[in-house]
Amino acid sequence: MSGNASAPTTSSASAGTAGVPVPGTAGRLGGMFSELRAAGRAGLVGYLPAGYPDLPRSQRLLRTMIESGCDLVEVGASFSDPVLDGPVVARAQHQALRGGTRLPEVLRTVEAVTSAGGRAVVMSYFNPIIAYGQDAFARDLAAAGGSGVITPDLIVDEAETWLAATESADIDPIFLVAPSSPAERIALTAGAGRGFLYAAAVMGVTGARDSVSSVAPELVARCRQVTTLPIGVGLGVRNGAQAAEIAAFADAVIVGSAFVARAGLEDRAAAEAAIAELATELADGIAGAASDDQETPA
Amino acid sequence: MSAPAAAGGRPRPDGLPRPSDALTGTPHDPDRRGYYGQMGGRWLPEALVAALDEISDAYAKARTDPEFLRELDRLAETYAGRPSPISDAARLTEHVGGARILLKREDLNHTGSHKINNVLGQALLTKKMGKPRVIAETGAGQHGVATATAAALLGLDCTIYMGRVDTDRQALNVARMRLLGATVVPVDTGSATLKDAINEAFRDWVANVENTAYIFGTAAGPHPFPLLVRDLQRIIGAEARVQVPALTGRLPDAVVACVGGGSNAIGAFHAFIDDPAVRLVGAEAAGDGVDTGRHAATITGGSVGVLHGARSFLLQDKDGQVLESHSISAGLDYPGVGPEHSHLADIGRAEYVPITDAEAMDALALLARTEGIIPAIESAHAVAAALPLAKELGPDGIVLINLSGRGDKDTETAMKWFHLDDPAEPDQPAKPERPESPERPPETSAPTAAAAGNGENR
Repeated sequence: MSGNASAPTTSSASAGTAGVPVPGTAGRLGGMFSELRAAGRAGLVGYLPAGYPDLPRSQRLLRTMIESGCDLVEVGASFSDPVLDGPVVARAQHQALRGGTRLPEVLRTVEAVTSAGGRAVVMSYFNPIIAYGQDAFARDLAAAGGSGVITPDLIVDEAETWLAATESADIDPIFLVAPSSPAERIALTAGAGRGFLYAAAVMGVTGARDSVSSVAPELVARCRQVTTLPIGVGLGVRNGAQAAEIAAFADAVIVGSAFVARAGLEDRAAAEAAIAELATELADGIAGAASDDQETPA
Repeated sequence: MSAPAAAGGRPRPDGLPRPSDALTGTPHDPDRRGYYGQMGGRWLPEALVAALDEISDAYAKARTDPEFLRELDRLAETYAGRPSPISDAARLTEHVGGARILLKREDLNHTGSHKINNVLGQALLTKKMGKPRVIAETGAGQHGVATATAAALLGLDCTIYMGRVDTDRQALNVARMRLLGATVVPVDTGSATLKDAINEAFRDWVANVENTAYIFGTAAGPHPFPLLVRDLQRIIGAEARVQVPALTGRLPDAVVACVGGGSNAIGAFHAFIDDPAVRLVGAEAAGDGVDTGRHAATITGGSVGVLHGARSFLLQDKDGQVLESHSISAGLDYPGVGPEHSHLADIGRAEYVPITDAEAMDALALLARTEGIIPAIESAHAVAAALPLAKELGPDGIVLINLSGRGDKDTETAMKWFHLDDPAEPDQPAKPERPESPERPPETSAPTAAAAGNGENR
């Protein structure tokens, strides 16, 4: 839905940071964002669940995403109850689970990406990480060469143990903010996270949408008022034009469902070609945006 | 909180409290972050935090808003039928040969269960927040019917999410909801039962939070739902704590209630938490038996994790994937449980016992034949848990069972279970044979939607 950013109950409080963005913590992904800044363009982040459509193919497709223009991939860990995901991603996660993919296989997938020279973070609902052990998972992910973890159902208020675990393992805890987040919660979230801040640009579940929500630029602007952490924008992007639009105001464009839908194509070669084509189109769109508009936010 | 303060109006002549009296703060309220000891909190996407804050704020105001409290009391008395009576179950008591068994008759409420207590409060709160639309999940359909009822009463648009397995086994309630003007959306994802209906309701809520209130059906989920729902159900125990001494001269030795998410149980228990002599006993659904793995006894057979917004006990595998639960009772067929129950179990204040499908159905038949009351299968679990307890306590004891709902909706299930439609067997045995018969109701075998959907949980 393309509703307006619901002005929540916030009474215009701005967490005592009136107008002064708090420096973000660069983290493991700091290098990538420095390079992107130097190149004057936004980054492209692609998502695919490990184990979808099966484990070897997901590993291959994630490498294809990197080779075809993704600066970073989100290796998806699957969960039985993915409340923030729409039908495409939820079905993919259920298939990955049926195929036996759990966090150990997710870690192997991260390793497959990083050993080929790619950058990877994990996207996971939190209960599997609790079950694995928060310290152990952070440590094992670091050992696999992973840069961080996006946790869509973990709010910073509940993240004390996780923040300690990721700090000691030196990986980035990446949190989400939403159009409904008031300024003080964006500040709180950005202050706890490292690497980048994930701006979920629509109120709703994952899934490709026809148009980029008008809420996205406003949300990113609100984020920039309180933090210097890079802002990645996701939820709903599916083509080069949309990527270009977002790249004009965000530091990274995050694409999930559109990759997942292509990965599910019956024919292996067709799936791989479609994934490569999408990554290329998105990367071209972003590059085009960079040449149109040199004003990439610092 | 024994003195009915009548926040919503004049004291009742019978001295019973009103729902508004049960909304006052207690020492057992959660902390600022919604924790009961180690349980609770908010384990869900940031996108919903603002909406939860909005509900917290609205509830904090409503708790002391005379207009809200008056309206809640008025609807409870003139619409839902409160207070609910206590019945002295003399023939059941005699049959068991132990403690005196009393029944708190929530089954007599409008819509047939305790669920109306909660939805009237949350629907009024929705009006206060100025939202025109409500959504809800439902398992047995009781909460869905209650929500559709309150929505019709207050002129709210209403959408109910219900797992496909449950729309099949509770078809009567689906029809009731539709009669009441609600849209019922069958959910096919996952195990196609209550937990998946909750997932789908959360997805709707994230997308429509501006104009939509999620009327959560049980004392679980993210803060403030466990508090809000508990408080709206506290009237059960608050009334009983006056009614039982009026009838017997003293407090009961035990209060027994069934626990799925746990709203009727926490509502019944709460007034007695500070009475250490009163045992609080929750009956969990053990399905085919906890050792078979096909059950919904979350506290008995689960471990601590996070699901649907709260840290609490849940049924999960070693990888933290949530398991499918199994119970003949759709309303108890849920792999999670409310955080306050998890806490009461943690600190040993309440005890939780597993009751199998067969034990519950036997208890259902027993109550029907001794007292002329057909309980909901959910509530029959509480009856089953009370029987050995009554024996154990002996003739001097008093056991209060919270009879949370009536069994009309379960007639078809009971018909299959007891072969009531078999012309060759017009007179049913009081103790029907157990499961393996081919006529066994489909809902007690592996849900087909789960098999076709995702078997990842096994």
